[in-house]
Amino acid sequence: MQFTSSSRLRLVLRGRVGFRRFGTGMSDFSEELIRSKTEDDQEESCVLSGTGMYFPWLQKHIDTVETGGKKEKDFAQTTSACLNRIQEALLKHQWPQAAGYMHSYFQILEDSDSHKRQAAPEIIWKLGSEILFYHPKSNMETFNTFADRMKNMGVMNYLKISLQHALYLLHHGMLEDANRNLSRAETWRYGEKSSSQEVLINLIQAYKGLLQYYTWSKKKMELSNLDEDDYAYNTASQTMLNHSWKTSINLGALIQTPGVWDPFVKSYVEMLEFYGDQDGAREVLTNYAYDEKFPSNPNAHVYLYNFLKREKAPREKLISVLKILYQIVPSHKLMLEFHRLLRKSEKKDHHKLGLEVLFGVLDFAGCTKNITAWKYLAKYLRQTLMGNHLPWVQEEWNSRKTWWPSFHFSSFWAKSDWKEDKALACEKALVAGILLGKGCRYFRYICKQDHQILRKKIRRIRKSVKKLSIVNPGL
Amino acid sequence: MDLEEAKEFKERCTQCAAVSWGLTDEGKYYCTSCHNVTERSKEVINTGAIPNTKIQAINRGLKRKRKLERGWDWYVCEGFQHILYQQAEALKTLGVGPELKNEVLHNFWKRYLQKSKQAYCKNPVCRRKVTVLEDNQSHSDWESEPELPSDFSCPSFVESGTESQKPFPISKASQSETASICSGSLDGVEYSLRKEKGIVKMTVPRTLAFCYLSLLWQRETVTLSDLLRFVEEGHIPYINAFQHFPEEMKLYGRDKGIFAIESWPTYEEIYKKMIEIAKFLDLPRFPDITEDCYLHPNILCMKYLMEVNLPDEMNDLTCQVVKMTGVGEVDFLTFDPIAKMAKTVKYDVQAVAVIVVVLKLLFLLDDNLEWSLSNTAEKHNENNKEDRPWFDFRKWYQVMKKSIDEKKQEWEEARAKYLWKSEKPLYHSSIDRAVAFKRREMVVDLQKQFSTLVDSTPTVGRKKPSSFQFNWAEGDAARTCFHGHSLQGILKNKGQSLTTKNSLYWLSTQKFCRSYCKHVTTYEESNFSLSYQFIINLFAFLLRIKTSFLHEEVSLIEKRLFKTKYSKTKKRSSRSRKGRKY
Repeated sequence: MQFTSSSRLRLVLRGRVGFRRFGTGMSDFSEELIRSKTEDDQEESCVLSGTGMYFPWLQKHIDTVETGGKKEKDFAQTTSACLNRIQEALLKHQWPQAAGYMHSYFQILEDSDSHKRQAAPEIIWKLGSEILFYHPKSNMETFNTFADRMKNMGVMNYLKISLQHALYLLHHGMLEDANRNLSRAETWRYGEKSSSQEVLINLIQAYKGLLQYYTWSKKKMELSNLDEDDYAYNTASQTMLNHSWKTSINLGALIQTPGVWDPFVKSYVEMLEFYGDQDGAREVLTNYAYDEKFPSNPNAHVYLYNFLKREKAPREKLISVLKILYQIVPSHKLMLEFHRLLRKSEKKDHHKLGLEVLFGVLDFAGCTKNITAWKYLAKYLRQTLMGNHLPWVQEEWNSRKTWWPSFHFSSFWAKSDWKEDKALACEKALVAGILLGKGCRYFRYICKQDHQILRKKIRRIRKSVKKLSIVNPGL
Repeated sequence: MDLEEAKEFKERCTQCAAVSWGLTDEGKYYCTSCHNVTERSKEVINTGAIPNTKIQAINRGLKRKRKLERGWDWYVCEGFQHILYQQAEALKTLGVGPELKNEVLHNFWKRYLQKSKQAYCKNPVCRRKVTVLEDNQSHSDWESEPELPSDFSCPSFVESGTESQKPFPISKASQSETASICSGSLDGVEYSLRKEKGIVKMTVPRTLAFCYLSLLWQRETVTLSDLLRFVEEGHIPYINAFQHFPEEMKLYGRDKGIFAIESWPTYEEIYKKMIEIAKFLDLPRFPDITEDCYLHPNILCMKYLMEVNLPDEMNDLTCQVVKMTGVGEVDFLTFDPIAKMAKTVKYDVQAVAVIVVVLKLLFLLDDNLEWSLSNTAEKHNENNKEDRPWFDFRKWYQVMKKSIDEKKQEWEEARAKYLWKSEKPLYHSSIDRAVAFKRREMVVDLQKQFSTLVDSTPTVGRKKPSSFQFNWAEGDAARTCFHGHSLQGILKNKGQSLTTKNSLYWLSTQKFCRSYCKHVTTYEESNFSLSYQFIINLFAFLLRIKTSFLHEEVSLIEKRLFKTKYSKTKKRSSRSRKGRKY
């Protein structure tokens, strides 16, 4: 897959959050999880509060004025120096040193400045869990004690820390403990929940659901090994059913809230499909892909497309799904499939779009050696031109003629393509010939090559170019 | 959450019917099995002063408990007295003569109480409203004999804690009860509000000013920078000094603002406070600082030359500079608070400034001459290995740079790791007492857990108190001792006498600031040579003062040394012959 903009990349990465990324270090991972939701919420609430105006710089300004006017106490200097040193030690992977400074940093919990005091538990949790995660002398028990202690420090941290604690346990393969932790967090209530806390509860439930899905899919594996007439089959399928029911409850709530929930959606849909609830699955996926409140997410369309394909949905429907994906990620590997669908369609504008899609795919550096794409383009160009649709080709070519020649058809590429992949070189040569005329370097280079097996093919290419090249249509 | 504390709550949970309660941070009960939080909060029996639980608390015999809880009735000045007592004791263990505590400091303090109308006078200020002391037996003693070196008339100077209760019997319970709502001491609230013109109010930093005044009076071998360093190293109680108050002296509320300290004392601050107090106490001229006193620049220069590993021979030059500038004269050195412009010499800073001037005379410190002199010395030392080595500035710089960097790093690390909070948490009112204690407990818990993860290499234990921060023993290769090196090669014979080879000099300050701002000069580091910066930084760190402070002192010495130059510049704008380098 290729992505043009970094935002796209980020989107997909966020969408990919799941078990696979545990290795990258727990805290940044789980932070990302939470950030995806809460940050936006908080900003929003700021805007709405008060008179409706929000100056982010103002608070900062006020803060600096405060400390600038009055001499900062040495206590504050100690804690901030300490924090710096912890961060430095973490960067350098000096865990014992970091722990040493942490030992002193805890006193910030007794800071007389209530702002700092209240912000402290979260900082301590993040730094402390990082240290305990990597420290050679740390173990599961230490981590658990620390997490349990930090959870109960201030109301706002309980859920976040519980979730991250569960993720830590998962990382260490303690699925049951993680599940227990999540259950405990799930039932935790504190007075009136704020809206950000509600999202967290949903997230916690969803992770629980994900764990249940894991057991369920293990059961499914076992079941597939059993004989249907076997006595055990019935009980096994029964427990499976139980699991799926619980899971769907857990996952359902989260999926309703806007966000990127790929792993959750995927497992939820798999279970729905398994029990034949096609309509439910379709609804979930459609909602996930089309609800405008959700952030733009290519995977949502991929999931929907794959589902519809499994369902053998009409071509028209598949095309409409991929059209959106094409707009978000024109280089997606499904685009070639999209092209095939368009080609097969009866509509004229679909045929035109088919050409557009191929050009679009080849705009990306990562696709330059995709032989299928080139093969399709060569074939389709011929088809289009023979079908007297020269304007379509010209329309696509006009925006590319300034940069495609050096991007695809330089003599350097001709040489290296020929050396690496002769079939690719042939396809490209045909395209180059059609688009640039037979004087084009790439075309000439390939034609000059005297290759026994390919001789026939090259001759055919020459012929086509002579006939179809858009440069000198008169000749 | 503390399960122990929640044991007395025995009701069933409304959600899961379990009886397993914990306490939340807010003091509410929560069910440990289903996390249901009740509206019931723990009745804080220990403090018994939460307004809405008052009725229940009274039923349980609140009065008796409160009486036990509240501890003694005590006044703020007693708190300070206790701190002073501790500090005096600490100074005694550091080797200061016992007279300091029993006579000097005690008398200063009595004088302070009298001047600030807190005791030894009719109708003392802190008892005006309470008026308890009329029938006090020891009170009359105090008044009649204020000179008495009484170790027993002053409550906290007495060793045993129980006796200190005597002078202030709990007589007016109703009065003290209302007062103690916002402070543990009887007059904490009133004290923090009191603003009387002409009265120097006691603060914790001022206790150090008192200590230094007594040290100065006794002409002890402790300079102000030494005193502050001892405070920093924990040899003299200062931060959290209230921790060692007797158990029955309760502190909270306003006492927190009075006794809790969250900053290190700085040289300038304490120096100013010391003069202020001396003036307030109307003290007579202090004993003369003569040439045989530790605080005399000749002796202090010797000390600091040793400290920074410079050749002993330099002492001759420092003595000469002291003589020429007149900073060694008794009248100049002796502190006289009643004089018109009461000011005292910053003995340690001045001595160090003299050394800097001498270094400038010898090496010019222009980032050039000192290195070429070093080359000569190095060559000479190589060729004459048997002789007494010539002082090599470069070698000295290398050794000092390394040592001072290590020391500085150590110091910074210690500062970053310093634990400020006392074992006895201070709280604003009895309402947040439980919270404060819980927080303390939490911190201790977390610290315990992380202390097992700290590097096992033993951290440098508490340093033994010493006037010296460096130890330059002979025979250590990495830390060469330069004390015995000779200044030959830097000095030359001129007729009968020796002069420096270097005939140039540059002034640290060209023109002194004459405006009404307090400082006489500024120090913009980048305007000066790197060697000068190094030297200033080195000494400033040793004394734990700002570099600008030392630079100013150097300039002042130069002003005295080059009097003629300065007066010339004044007359003929600026045409001094001797080198000026900028």
